[in-house]
Parts: sequence; C-alpha cells; structure tokens
Amino acid sequence: MKIVKSTLVSAVTVAALGLSAQASAGTTLDAVVKKGFVQCGVSDGLPGFSYTDARGNFLGIDVDVCRGVAAALFGDASKVRFTPLTAKERFTALQSGEVDILSRNTTWTSSRDAGMGLNFTGVTYYDGQGFLVSKKLGVTSAKQLDGAAVCIQAGTTTELNLSDYFRANGMKYTPITYDKSDETVKALEAGRCDVLTSDQSQLYAQRIKLADPEAYIVLPEVISKEPLGPVVRQGDDEWFNIVRWTLFALVNAEELGITSANVENLARSSQNPDVRRMLGAEGEYGKDLRLPRDWAVKLVKQVGNYGEMFERNVGMGSELKIQRGLNALWNAGGLQYAPPIR
Amino acid sequence: MSTHAFKPDLPPPTLSVGALGWMRANLFSNWFNTALTFAALYLIWLIVPPVLSWALFDATWTGSTRDDCAAGSGACWVFIQSRFAQFMYGFYPPELRWRVDLTVVLAIVGAVPLFVRAMPKKLVYGAAYLLVYPWLAFWLLYGGLGLEIVETSQWGGLMLTLVIAVVGIAGAMPLGILLALGRRSEMPAIRVICVTFIEFWRGVPLITVLFMSSVMLPLFLPEQVTIDKLLRALIAVILFEAAYIAEVVRGGLQAIPKGQYEAARALGLGYWRMMGLVILPQALKMVIPGIVNTFIALFKDTSLVIIIGLFDLFNSIHQATVDPAWLGFAIEGYVFAALVYWIFCFGMSRYSMRLERRLHTGHKR
Repeated sequence: MKIVKSTLVSAVTVAALGLSAQASAGTTLDAVVKKGFVQCGVSDGLPGFSYTDARGNFLGIDVDVCRGVAAALFGDASKVRFTPLTAKERFTALQSGEVDILSRNTTWTSSRDAGMGLNFTGVTYYDGQGFLVSKKLGVTSAKQLDGAAVCIQAGTTTELNLSDYFRANGMKYTPITYDKSDETVKALEAGRCDVLTSDQSQLYAQRIKLADPEAYIVLPEVISKEPLGPVVRQGDDEWFNIVRWTLFALVNAEELGITSANVENLARSSQNPDVRRMLGAEGEYGKDLRLPRDWAVKLVKQVGNYGEMFERNVGMGSELKIQRGLNALWNAGGLQYAPPIR
Repeated sequence: MSTHAFKPDLPPPTLSVGALGWMRANLFSNWFNTALTFAALYLIWLIVPPVLSWALFDATWTGSTRDDCAAGSGACWVFIQSRFAQFMYGFYPPELRWRVDLTVVLAIVGAVPLFVRAMPKKLVYGAAYLLVYPWLAFWLLYGGLGLEIVETSQWGGLMLTLVIAVVGIAGAMPLGILLALGRRSEMPAIRVICVTFIEFWRGVPLITVLFMSSVMLPLFLPEQVTIDKLLRALIAVILFEAAYIAEVVRGGLQAIPKGQYEAARALGLGYWRMMGLVILPQALKMVIPGIVNTFIALFKDTSLVIIIGLFDLFNSIHQATVDPAWLGFAIEGYVFAALVYWIFCFGMSRYSMRLERRLHTGHKR
C-alpha cells in the first residue's frame, strides 16, 4: 500500500513538474525572437480583413495586427509569416504552436476564451449583424422591416440572431436561405428578398458585388455582438501582454494624434508627457514589456495608428467604405478605448 | 450482233446521300426524332449565343482595374490576367519562379526519350529518371544546397496542384501494386494487413483524411513539433489513392488465367520474377482505363486541400475573388479553373487511349 502511495505521489509530482515545465517553457516571446519572425494565422480570404493582392502580399486589418506585433518586436513589420487557416482548423493551429498569434476575424465568446485554453487580447473590430436593403424600399430602420423577405446564409448564427430579433420586436419575416453568400447577393439583386442580413463587415463587401452598389444601404441597427480580435495561447502572459499592448498602442496613438506621418517628429520634439511616454522619450514603457524603447515609434511609423489602419483596409480609403461606427474612439462616440500609459 | 450496253448507274437520290441524307437518317427519321431535334436546336439557341457573347464578344480583355470592366456587359478577363501569375505559382517569390519553370521543363525534356519507341535501354533510362528527377525537382522547388529555401507555405496555384497530383500518382502507383499483390498473397499475415489497409482507407472520404491530418494530428504531437502541412496532405493523398489503385490492379490480376502463373513457374521463375515479367505486364495493361480513371479523380480531388488552407489552383482563385479590388468576379475565376482542370484531365484521358491502342496486343479481336 505504501509503495502504491509513493508511486502515486511521484507520478503526480512528475505530472505537475511536466505541466509547470510546459507553462514556463511556453515563452512564445523567446521562441519568436529566436526564429526571427512572428508566425501569424490569418483567414483564408475575407475582404478587408485578410486577403492577398495581385503580387501575393497579405493585406487587411487582421494582417496589420500581426505586422504591428512584428514592428514592435523587431522594428520591422515585414518580419512576419502568414499561415492562412480555415475556420475549422484555426484553434488547433494556435494550440499546437503552429502559429504564435491567431488574427483571423474570430469572435470573442465566453466558450472560446474560458473553455479552449485561449486568451483574447482585445478587440480590433466591433462587428455585429446588420441589414442591407435597397434604397427603393424607403426603409431607414430595421424596425420597419415587418413582413419582409430576408435572405440569409444557411447554417450560421445569423439565422438564430435574426429570429431572436424579429421575435423580440414582435415582427414577422419570411426567411429565404441560401448555401453561399454570393447566392444571397444575387437573390437580393433579383428582388427575391427585400433585405439581406449578415455581419456588417460582410454586408459592405457584398454591396460591392451588386451591379449598382449606390442603390443599396446598410441600416444602422446592429442586432448582435461580434467583437473580433487576435487570440494567443493561455498561460503565456508575457506574449499576451505584448500583443495586447500593441493593440492599445495603435488606439492610443490615434487618440494622441500620432500618425505614421508625424510620429518621428513627435518622438523628437513633442512636449506632451503622454506622447513622450508612449514614444519612449521618457519612462519605462518598453522595458516593462521587454520591447525596445522606441517600439511604438516603429509600430506607428510602419503600420499607422488604429484610425489609419481602419481607413486603409475597410474604411473610406478602401473599396468597402465602412463607417467607423462602433469602432470610433471612445471620445468620438465609439467603443475603441485603451488604458493610459504611465 | 449488237452488244447490250448498260445504261450508266443513276446517282442515288439526293435526299439519301450527303449532308441532307445524313440529316434525314439521323435527325428527322420519324416525328419523335424530329421533335427532339427541334427541341435540341432550341436549347442550343437558348444557351450558346448568350454564353458566347458573355465569354467572348462582350467580354473585356484589356485593362488593369475593375473600372475597365464596368463598361462591358460580358466577362471580365482582366481579372484573370492580373492574377494569372498567382494562379500559376501561388506565393512563390516572383524572382525565383524560374525554378518552377525549370522543374517543369526538366520533367518534360527528361520524359521525352521514354516516348521515343526506338530508344535503346529504355528501362535503365526510365529507372534512372525516376531515381534522379524527384530529388532534383525537390531541390529546385524547395531549395537548400546553395539555392534559397522557399517554404512550402509559399507554394501555390497550379504548381501546387501539379505537385500534389504528380507526387500522389507516383507514390500511390507502386504502393497500390504492392498492396494488390499482398491482398492475393498466400501468406495470411500479409493478406490481413493489406486487406485491413485497403478497406480502412477506402472506407473514409478523402476530405476526412485531409481534415484529420490537419486538425487532429497536431494535437497528438508535442508542442513546437509541427509536420509540414503540405507533407501531411501528400501522405494522406498517397495512402488514400494507393488503396484505390490496389483494387484496380487486383481486378487485372484476377483476369490473368491460372495457366499463365503455372507456365511462369514451369519456366523456373520465382515469385517476383513471375510477377514482374509475366503477370503484371499483362495485368496492368488491362487495367489502364481503371488506373487513369483513378488518376483523373485524384487530379480533381486535389482541390479538396482548400479545407486545410493550402493554396492550390482552386483556392488561389477563390482567394483572388475576395480581394476588395476585384469583388464580384467569382464567375470568371471559376470558369477559368474549370478550363484548366478540363485541359489536364482531357489530356490524361487522350494519352491513356493512345497507350491502350499501342499496348493492345494479343487481346485484339
């Protein structure tokens, strides 16, 4: 009995040691610095978020987050490699260490954050389900959609959100489901439904596919919460902090008026203490994160601030022309907010 | 005495010869056929002109952005043009693409002697080619030993499709033949192993195998140990297709009369020489249609790697259609993909027909 007990104890000890060894050996930062680049999991193609141009460069908001982390770490936004992942394999790829960051329009939910050994580092894009309608319909609010025929893509949570919303508002609708999002666009154009519903970021992309995009509008209502953000493995706080504060730096830079054009000037000559602390002129901001002193300068110089990133990829500077909406800064009526640097 | 002079033969009625006669016999022989002919003509008239005007006459051929296509009501081939290099090479660095071209050229040049019938020592040459070329191709595509390394994650487009298809075919064929022989072996252990292997891989869909290789396998491996995604897919494809080839080859083996085995044994040939010199050459020749059928299916199945995020031809095209600069041109992309797949599959099927005719000795009736 005693022997059994001691064996059990040692087995537990070994197991505990094994676990703790794994937790401390999981310093993603060291591994990333050693190999010299960030391995970033992105989507296998989503307009504005991650896609490739004709020369094979990866572009998009999700892509820029990873480029930002590379710029913060190495001072060079190009030291990043992308692994396109399908929706099904994304979490495995992160858990197995195939990628260091998963930046793939992934909705932050309780089951993913708490149940899957993952940590969401923040929100890069507040998305939510919305409605696309023809201007001819004369509708200005989703509340006027009683009795409408609604085009949806089958098998997504959009279906559930839609029925919840209409039931909650005591309205009726006829669902018309299709397998592919392209088919829903064609159906809307052919007049088989009055309104198309999907995540707002998708609606703008689908609007471009219409023959006359100007004849359609996206209604202001958002009927579900879909906060999208980068994900890292749980249990590696050092790496988590770097990714999280890279996001915060992008937002703080916009709030402080630091842009890719003026960042170098400001780093030299600004008298604003917030700006000075952020850009490394004073304080220990970088050292605490184990990053170079001027990491924020390199980050903003090469990737831009949050606003620049938004406008370039999905906003007015892009084909999608998405309004800032919820993604405006907190002091401009939006939700983007970053803790102060001090 | 006057001889009887035959009158010259009258020509057959104009309605029974030439184009008119053919049409009468084949298209309008009775009222039902006539009705079918008119229905078919109506369908052709309904489908062909709009397709032609979309694909050719109203299509936009020149330009560089989507604005150039706004005016035309037909297809926008500018989209294909601007992405053509990516459809062929994926993300392979542009300055290194000559290596891919060279690999293809070497494959073709190297294979030409194998198709020259008068070539002496063909077997030796073929074996040498099969031994040397794969290493050369791997070195050129991947790099190392003085060449810059190109990670497999940068491989893509038609090149990746061909890599998966060719490696799949080259790996599955020998493995499949061995499995077929093993399944007919008199040694119980080998037979059971082969039967289990074949039935296991035939019982699961390829998409499941690929999915398991990419989603489940990494979870069983220790952290930081990752097996190349492409390698995983290649192994999955080879094992999967080998099981199918094995069954096709077994069909051929079963068609060989027992007398052939006995005759080979009577000549004093051992097992391998009997199989290699007498049985397999006859058996494989008979199952060419089945083997090519499997290969064509394999070539098209390569597009399934889309679910594990590899950028083969099809996925490259899909990826291009989500570029905001080119949203809404998916049809052009998919038509192009269909055309490329068709060219390759049609080529394979024509070649197999030629091969069948040439090897059709002994069984000709």
